[in-house]
Amino acid sequence: MNIVVALKQVPDLQQIRIRNRQPVLDDVPLTLGNIDKNALEAAVTIKEAQGGNVIALSAGDDNIEDTIKEALAAGADEAFLVVDDQLQGAESSLVATVLAAAVKKIDDVGLILFGEGSADNYSGQVGSRVAEILGLPQVGYAVSIEVDGSTAKVTRSLEDCDEVVEVNLPAVITVLADINEARIPSVTQILKAGKKPKEVVELDELDAQLPDHSPVETLSNLAPDSQRKKVVVKSVDELIQSLAAEGLIRR
Amino acid sequence: MANVLIYSDKANMALELITAAKEIGADAVKAVTINDNDAAQALVDAGAEVFNIENDAITIADTAAVASALAQAVEQLGADTVLLSSNRRGKEIAGRLAQIINAGCLTDVTALQVNGDKIECQRNALGGATVATQTITEAKKVIAIRPRTFDPAAAGTGGSLNSLQVEAKPSALKLVEVRSKAGDSVDIEAAEILVVVGQGMESQDDLPLAQELAQKLGGEVACTKPVATDKKWLSEERIIGLSGKKCKPQLALLFGISGQVQFTVGIRDARVIASVNTDENASMNQMADYILTADLKEVLAEMNKAL
Repeated sequence: MNIVVALKQVPDLQQIRIRNRQPVLDDVPLTLGNIDKNALEAAVTIKEAQGGNVIALSAGDDNIEDTIKEALAAGADEAFLVVDDQLQGAESSLVATVLAAAVKKIDDVGLILFGEGSADNYSGQVGSRVAEILGLPQVGYAVSIEVDGSTAKVTRSLEDCDEVVEVNLPAVITVLADINEARIPSVTQILKAGKKPKEVVELDELDAQLPDHSPVETLSNLAPDSQRKKVVVKSVDELIQSLAAEGLIRR
Repeated sequence: MANVLIYSDKANMALELITAAKEIGADAVKAVTINDNDAAQALVDAGAEVFNIENDAITIADTAAVASALAQAVEQLGADTVLLSSNRRGKEIAGRLAQIINAGCLTDVTALQVNGDKIECQRNALGGATVATQTITEAKKVIAIRPRTFDPAAAGTGGSLNSLQVEAKPSALKLVEVRSKAGDSVDIEAAEILVVVGQGMESQDDLPLAQELAQKLGGEVACTKPVATDKKWLSEERIIGLSGKKCKPQLALLFGISGQVQFTVGIRDARVIASVNTDENASMNQMADYILTADLKEVLAEMNKAL
């Protein structure tokens, strides 16, 4: 069984700086989304328990060939990459169309795993869209996945309850970060990652009808206007006095 | 005029969506309920034109089935805009429904504004570092709105209860068990004062000091994500941030919080923020009204004594 894990190449969010409320993305290195790494870890755990082959799937600009090494080091057996400049940071419907078309090129797919949302946009649409395009069942927000032959028992964590469902495979599952702690690859694994097989395809090699325009237009994207006093107080007493003066607490 | 259809698996959130629908100019709000007569009645009482789907073949846990039922409702009722609640269930449905009806989709929307023929939606981007204003240019729109963005609709007149027939395919998914969360059902979003603990707290033994302070101030204790999910000192209901709650208290007292954007996105709407940290250069301090560089354990003890 092939376990496909979709991972998104995103700017390293810790390194984004804000200047005049504008995000500065120049020279910010690219990485894989954090929750995506939990999805990968879930796939590798399943593989280690009952066999299978883990394929890291991504779509992005040509940096992705380098970025995906993180996933190959962390346990993916091979990579399937769709490379095109217009795919980097593309809108969810386009990305979903491309990823679904890529999955169709892979045989014997039992599971398609995603993080519950990408690290940057966190819209959570792509997994659901891919499931619909492929006509597969889906379970979102998984905190546990147990594969048993042609079905999987998945625990979906909602705000007020956990749901245990049994889903026929193949299925699309999105995971919460809580599902596991993603492993940190050893130096040997990092060195071996470069030698693992990679299939790199371009958009026209996929059998996909791409949307001709983005259904979403971004009008502005600015850091919130933060107008804080930034008063440095020297003691607890001074802090309490300040808060009392604001009418927030009583002495 | 937008022809708006609303759906949430939670009746209280569906009531908020009625308010949202009116905000974007819907005069008559159509609401779908699935196998839930109580929710249907609550929405009728709030003045919505309710279309109740009764079909045993549809399990709410089966996102494919729910999205398909909603897509059929959109078709039958001639809706162009679907409003969903952006709780986990609603977010999961959003993408699938959008894909079926060929809609543009935005989730986790925190504000809506009509500008000409555009519905301008705000949502966090770049992991919460920025707030993007986006609009759907497709004729069909699916918008998932974060819970509590709008007040629930009050009782209204003109509501009606209708039934809607949809087809359901055999489900590929079976619900085995539902376990309610053994959380402490605290509502940190409703608290006027929050005492928020971060990873700067070194020992779980110091936690009672924060709880004592919260109690004295009539507030609640909240935390950053690692304090709940990694250290498990507090329940997940108390997490503030991108993957937790967005809170707007009058006062947020932050103890030992470095200020990663994944956290600050959940507290930046507080009226007053005070940050206590041993690191005077903590990025949290750039977003605080009052900054105290000190050991949080000593500060907590001293505040408890003084108040």
